[in-house]
Amino acid sequence: MNFVEINNISKSYGTHKALLETSFSVKKGELFGVIGPDGAGKTTLFRILTTLLLADSGSANMAGFDILKDYKKIRQIVGYMPGKFSLYQDLTIEENLAFFATIFGTTIKENYELIKDIYIQIEPFKDRPAGKLSGGMKQKLALSCALIHKPEILILDEPTTGVDAVSRTEFWDLLRRFKEMGITIIVSTPYMDEASLCDRVALMQEGKIMQIDTPANIVKNYKPELLAIKSNNMHDLLVKLREYNLNSQVYLFGQTIHFSSNQTINQSDLNNYLKNNGHTNVEISTSIPTIEDCFLWLMKQHN
Amino acid sequence: MLPVIFVMPIIQLIILVNAATYEMKNIKLCIVDQDLSTFSRNLSSKFEGSPYFVIEKRTFSSKEAITYIDRGEITAAIIIPQGFERKIIRNEKNIKVQVLIDAINGTNAGVSQAYIISILQDYNKQILSKLLPVNSSNNGIVTSRRFWYNPELNYKTFMVPGILVLLITIISFILSGMNVVREKEIGTIEQINVTPIKKYQFIAGKLIPFWIIGLFELAFGLTIGKLLFDIPLVGSLGLVFGFAAIYLIVLLALGLLVSTIVNTQQQAMFISFFFMVVFILMSGLFTGVESMPEWAQIVNKANPLAYFVEVMRMILLKGSGISDIIKQLIAIITFAFFMISLAVWRYKKIS
Repeated sequence: MNFVEINNISKSYGTHKALLETSFSVKKGELFGVIGPDGAGKTTLFRILTTLLLADSGSANMAGFDILKDYKKIRQIVGYMPGKFSLYQDLTIEENLAFFATIFGTTIKENYELIKDIYIQIEPFKDRPAGKLSGGMKQKLALSCALIHKPEILILDEPTTGVDAVSRTEFWDLLRRFKEMGITIIVSTPYMDEASLCDRVALMQEGKIMQIDTPANIVKNYKPELLAIKSNNMHDLLVKLREYNLNSQVYLFGQTIHFSSNQTINQSDLNNYLKNNGHTNVEISTSIPTIEDCFLWLMKQHN
Repeated sequence: MLPVIFVMPIIQLIILVNAATYEMKNIKLCIVDQDLSTFSRNLSSKFEGSPYFVIEKRTFSSKEAITYIDRGEITAAIIIPQGFERKIIRNEKNIKVQVLIDAINGTNAGVSQAYIISILQDYNKQILSKLLPVNSSNNGIVTSRRFWYNPELNYKTFMVPGILVLLITIISFILSGMNVVREKEIGTIEQINVTPIKKYQFIAGKLIPFWIIGLFELAFGLTIGKLLFDIPLVGSLGLVFGFAAIYLIVLLALGLLVSTIVNTQQQAMFISFFFMVVFILMSGLFTGVESMPEWAQIVNKANPLAYFVEVMRMILLKGSGISDIIKQLIAIITFAFFMISLAVWRYKKIS
């Protein structure tokens, strides 16, 4: 059963098309990721789902409630955490939490079980104004506030942007735990490495969804051969590889350069070509694609 | 913020009430006495004796007097032409004295002119009584004046109620005008909008704190006015606060309306200032509403400040009761309903 259904939602700002006929569905209790670079339309999509923005066309319903007709009911069951920290900076942690609990007609006590794991971490600072918290703590407070009314659907807009690596891992652990409690989670992120932590992901680019699948299937569907190449002169290597095969995709990936093409690549021919161009210590190996490789490949196909 | 709320009314009242005055003292004068006679000397000594004038220059040339005005050294020149005394004694017609006034500041020029004319008329009467037989029927009309509600024409009594209006207007309008837009800038409004909070709850939550602050400011300001300037509090204070309570709703709703329309605090400030300047200058606080052109008086019907300034002065100085201000009361209640509906209607939780 689909818990969240989105059908052909479009939205433009003036002439700029932010969302183009976007459709997807999310099952109950699923951790669904929307992966895409900045400007892909993730925030616009989320603001439409949380009834903050009206779509130009298309429809959507969440937990059986239409986002247009039943927006009041949706506000009761959705927890939203915007990308920008947007709690009251001059209220303390406790005051913010109490404030949002009151607005939703509940109390901190009533739903304490749900936020206990997060709240314990920020509790030592509960008398500190929210504006004076570190990035990671702000994030945890915002998540607590989004959960305080025990929502059925949690919508998180880039919750880990600007947060350190340790806090990011912790954050995803928390999301897993909420998922186990039966909360449906839709989360967006610009970090490709976080995609593998979701049950299913939608890869998004320029207002369009390129692919929706489980992270494993997305990697499995990656057709071309992927080579990781190294040499003594990495910059020239990038240039030379781009000249080698016009129909290829070449980009820096950590310590190596990733090279992929629609055509089959003869590794010894490539090795010779590079040596003839003055490269030494050339290492070529086949590589297992990551979500990022898949995303970049899909982007190339779409352009 | 808290100290500002206390310090602002004290400073505004002390500075504005003392400084913003039309009373003119020490008007700088140049006497051009081309006659050099007893009569002309008598006339100039009249100016010398007045507390309103200071004789800054004396000369024989009217050209020189004009250059003094050009340079801004004097405000007015009084030119007594040659033959002044002779004409008076011979009882000739067309006895003339010329008065030149620097009218860079129109208000000041008007007041100076009135003072000068009254001294000249006074002198004129004196001459007439000297020259004409005592039992002459031509004694003119004797005027005697009595100023009601402010017998000494104390400027401060007149200004304090007006400045108080200014004070609570600024506080309520600017604070509410900046408030929602600040939430827009920080992004907290997003978080509020996704909650099931009702529109009226949100707006009430925004208005009530400022409403209380506004009324508190009024009480505080009135206390200072009474203690420092000893302004008369003739009428009912309850009526003053009742009217102020409704007036504050109008201003707060207007501020809220501005706040919901604009996107940044800068824009909010700009628009609030535009309204404030128009409202204040047309309110009758500094210049009488009655002397404005007819169209301006019609425009002023939509100026809540004008009603409040008028009512404050009526109640505090005159002791007017509710039946005297019923017209203003109806107007301000209408405004309150109109503005609050407009603000609630304009505030949307969905963009």
